[in-house]
Amino acid sequence: MAAYLPLGILLLIALIIVPMTMIIGRFIRPQRFEVSKLQPYECGIEVTDSPRGQMSVHFYIVAVVFLVFDVETVFLFPWAVAFDKLGLFGFIEVGIFLLLLIVAYVYAWLKGALRWEQ
Amino acid sequence: MADIILFSAIKIVVVLAVVMGGVAYTTLAERKVSAWLQDRLGPNRVGPFGLLQPIADGIKFFTKEDITPGRSYKPSYFLAPMATLIPALITFAVIPFGESVSLSGKDHRLLIAEGTGLGLVYLLAVSSLGVYGILLAGLSSNNKYSLLGALRSVNQVVSYEVALGLGLIPLAMTAGGFDIDAIVRAQKGGVWFVVPHFIAFIILLVALFAETNRLPFDLPEGESELVGGYHTEYSGMRFAMFFMGEYANMITASALLVLLFFGGWHLPFLNYGWFGPVLGGILSAIVFACKTAFFVFFFIWVRWTLPRFRYDQVMHMMWIRILPLGLAYILVTALFLYLRGPIK
Repeated sequence: MAAYLPLGILLLIALIIVPMTMIIGRFIRPQRFEVSKLQPYECGIEVTDSPRGQMSVHFYIVAVVFLVFDVETVFLFPWAVAFDKLGLFGFIEVGIFLLLLIVAYVYAWLKGALRWEQ
Repeated sequence: MADIILFSAIKIVVVLAVVMGGVAYTTLAERKVSAWLQDRLGPNRVGPFGLLQPIADGIKFFTKEDITPGRSYKPSYFLAPMATLIPALITFAVIPFGESVSLSGKDHRLLIAEGTGLGLVYLLAVSSLGVYGILLAGLSSNNKYSLLGALRSVNQVVSYEVALGLGLIPLAMTAGGFDIDAIVRAQKGGVWFVVPHFIAFIILLVALFAETNRLPFDLPEGESELVGGYHTEYSGMRFAMFFMGEYANMITASALLVLLFFGGWHLPFLNYGWFGPVLGGILSAIVFACKTAFFVFFFIWVRWTLPRFRYDQVMHMMWIRILPLGLAYILVTALFLYLRGPIK
């Protein structure tokens, strides 16, 4: 537990000094109100509609694929540390695990989830 | 006990000071190196050779007005820069930066969080927190460029995080743990990991460039397309926070490449034991800083060498090229280590 104490102290210092820079700057920087400053930046053109429109569904699909493969790498972490103790049995097990994943990967590929151009 | 607490407090203060100074001077280095690569002079008015430019920039950031667009969602708009900078600062806790220092008969590691043994896992966890800052900034600015930049950036960072994990596994297998110290120790006196693990090096190099949104992968803020990406609406100190976070991440990435593939603070044919317990530690920290500085330079160099990818190319490279390569490389490493028998 003591090993993690410095991490906590560092986090605390970061949590203090970062907002501090904003607070100190508050007394120095000018604050001149003007209506045009409140406009969202749009290359100088008046804003017509909300930016929250439709977005490409690919972003969502990639997020789902990411979930699968990131969890997979997390599962590989414990094996990577202990693989010399687990021996051949562990190796074959991980091979089967990866094989199942490759099936999912091929499925996603054939479905076009990994191709952005379409 | 008291001296341990004192020593770790000193380490934290020194590391934060060095990192903040490093970030400031990386901005100068970026401008200077960019200028030299384009046959210009770069900033040279403030102080000798422009060396005081970062201080002038800092003063300017403090005195610039902080503009909040009227349509933004205020709480997350204010939180976003901090959510980017704070994870970038606390990743340094697990970066060892030198040989142990012995003071009054006690060995002290030059590493803030010593003895956790989970350096790389912590690093992966904390570096992925940076995504929240980007997403919050893009969504709460309520600006088209910000939203597009944030979506692209989050998608890219999240994708290449898989590559980061895949690239680290073979190293952990060879060194026997996710402790960065163990990986550095495994390279001491032997071959640096860049030679046997060249494929992992390429995977991690690409992943770290993508994670830090540096140039061949700077689609989130492609200046010619999206103005500034997710931080289009930010000004003054808040903008500076995004930038400091980005440069701090770049320094972490450089340090990580040095530690994992280029022997950390070790140099061939050099034993820090020759210089005594304190001087050896300081010398090793300086060697480590020089190697890290080279990789920071490398990041800037690449920026002016390679053009920006198209977005489908970025995604193609990750999901069709790097992912199968990384998985195959893990299996090959495992097979090789089995055939060679236990290390040690």
